[in-house]
Amino acid sequence: MFRILKKSLRTGVVTESPPDTADAELEAVGTELKRLIDRRFAGSLAIREVDAGSCNGCELEIHALNNPLYDVERFGVHFVASPRHADALLVTGPVSRHMETALLRTWAATPEPRFLIAAGDCAVNGGEFGENHACRGAVSRVLPVDVAIPGCPPRPIELLRGILAALNAPQTTK
Amino acid sequence: MNRFDWLSEYLAQLQDELIVVRRGSARYLPPAHMLEIDAEDWTRAHELAAANGYRWAGLWADRDDESARVLSLLENAGDYLVLLAELDAGNPAIASISAHYPAADRPQRHLRDQHGIALSGEADSRRWVRHRAWPADQHPLTPDFPAGGFPEPSPTPADSDYPFQPIAGNAVYQIPVGPVHAGIIEPGHFRFHAVGEEILKLEQRLGYVHKGVEKIAVGRDAVGLARLAGRLSGDTTVAHAWAACQALERATGTRPPRRAQQLRGLLCERERVANHLGDIGAICNDVGFAFPQYQCSRLRELWQRHSDKLFGHRLMMDCVVPGGVAVDLDDTGITTLRHDHACIRDEIDILFDVIEDHPSLEDRLLTTGRLSAASARELGCTGHVGKASGQAFDLRAANPYAPYASHPITTRVLDDGDVMARVQIRMREIHDSLDWMDALIDHLAGDGLRASLNEPGEARIGIGFVEGWRGEIVSYVRLDAAGRVARFFARDPSWHHWPALERIVMNNIVPDFPVCNKSVNASYSGHDL
Repeated sequence: MFRILKKSLRTGVVTESPPDTADAELEAVGTELKRLIDRRFAGSLAIREVDAGSCNGCELEIHALNNPLYDVERFGVHFVASPRHADALLVTGPVSRHMETALLRTWAATPEPRFLIAAGDCAVNGGEFGENHACRGAVSRVLPVDVAIPGCPPRPIELLRGILAALNAPQTTK
Repeated sequence: MNRFDWLSEYLAQLQDELIVVRRGSARYLPPAHMLEIDAEDWTRAHELAAANGYRWAGLWADRDDESARVLSLLENAGDYLVLLAELDAGNPAIASISAHYPAADRPQRHLRDQHGIALSGEADSRRWVRHRAWPADQHPLTPDFPAGGFPEPSPTPADSDYPFQPIAGNAVYQIPVGPVHAGIIEPGHFRFHAVGEEILKLEQRLGYVHKGVEKIAVGRDAVGLARLAGRLSGDTTVAHAWAACQALERATGTRPPRRAQQLRGLLCERERVANHLGDIGAICNDVGFAFPQYQCSRLRELWQRHSDKLFGHRLMMDCVVPGGVAVDLDDTGITTLRHDHACIRDEIDILFDVIEDHPSLEDRLLTTGRLSAASARELGCTGHVGKASGQAFDLRAANPYAPYASHPITTRVLDDGDVMARVQIRMREIHDSLDWMDALIDHLAGDGLRASLNEPGEARIGIGFVEGWRGEIVSYVRLDAAGRVARFFARDPSWHHWPALERIVMNNIVPDFPVCNKSVNASYSGHDL
């Protein structure tokens, strides 16, 4: 126990930003994000992530948002296990045909008002896989997309900027 | 012992069994030795191989307008043997080998779904990679499959009537999980049969992230293939791209510069460290111990930021290219790396010490999710799954390729086969990789970064073998005379680890499934192709 405490104390709170540009940007985006989430979502934006054929690269970067350096929960963003708890879906992958119905059902289970973010080149335009016998391609071909975040995969800060852009987009009710 | 010393004995056995070897050559698909046998001897040849203890390492087909052949990969003492059989192109059929190599079950079904190759003998008659995106009598890798596939019906219906194997009994109940899981993870379906808390049986249904990789690879140039291979499984982008490039280079007789090989090794070991760090933290988190999760995810993030700074990408995608690498390392970079390695070593010394002897972790990880050595052997498990269950094979040591031939790396093996053993293998591998990288960067050659691929001139095949962080990766390429890809198949170690997970969780409790699963961390995308 002592070793754990010692390590924790020595490590300190890494979330506080050292003054380099990347983290200054994180703070700026995060603060704006928090302001909007406080105003529009009573302090809590719940996101359900759906992998619709991703190579798992995007998932790694979305995961990174929860590590202590980004710690997006402090801005009010949290990832939930069920679409029924979600305000938004964050969809990755070129919509593999085998995931198509699962994606549509997940969307159907998300209560309105809701919005959808397509993250990563595959979800934005089909990416390396494109449209083929096994993939539909861009998520927008099967569901209405509010905001697209390009990148292969998008960096965590780009994901955050995309979520912010989604909150700034005109309110859609679907 | 010399390479392929054991092969003469196997050839003698084949002869005793009156199995005709039509062609035997070490030159056709180096470094593997290839034996062409008749399709009717397929099962018997594998039965002999299994009795000799050869590890079975993959199955794929290569089919064009005129011919259909099926290739099966075996490994013994670090040497690879490819058995090849020509099939009747009009009506291709092959006998099942899953009685001797149970991990071949799904690859065989994949073969049937994709190529329309019929299976005889003891074979599971159910579909595997095919759900409902194309009809049962159509096969995407056959020449007459329509280019656009079968877009109707739209949306593609769910594969809801897949016949899971039932377990009968009064108190037995089923838990269906997925394809959309409760976390930020890849999709797949798990069907549990349980009594109370105890798992009687787990059956997996995968294929949800099938992206038609084998088909869309056809017609690409070498650079395009490397990009695609780097996206088979995003967590293994370096190792898959490397294996594909190795196959391309062997097919065209191209030799990358030494420095490029060294940098490939460096990138691949960085990928190993990143993934192991992430998984070690996640495993601890799955049993409610959040401290290592925060520490490990912090270290992983810093590690990836350095990758970004040094190589322009947090996951190091597209750094490995045909003929060499697309990145370089200058003196400042070397200094950064050395400092980085020293820092992380200091951190993990403390951290791994806590993980190694923390009573609540011991309670949850020791004896949980055991994979016996016999099962690991039978299923052909490699990487941390094999090495935690007594299977010493690690390609970097068993048959070292560049740069491991001139820069040997320490490899590990443990016998316990439980979640803790898989964690321990990963912790040690991080240390070994750090030591290896430190030694490597002192001896970087100065001979360039990239050789241009030779023109094949005629149709050529090549095979690549790389030890990724999950284990052995195999990549097979056939090029046409113009150097375009005519066939690509990549075998991720997950083909062997998924069936292992089904055995690992047996008689464990349902709440321990996540930690068992994470300790294996098989790839969905790398498997579904």
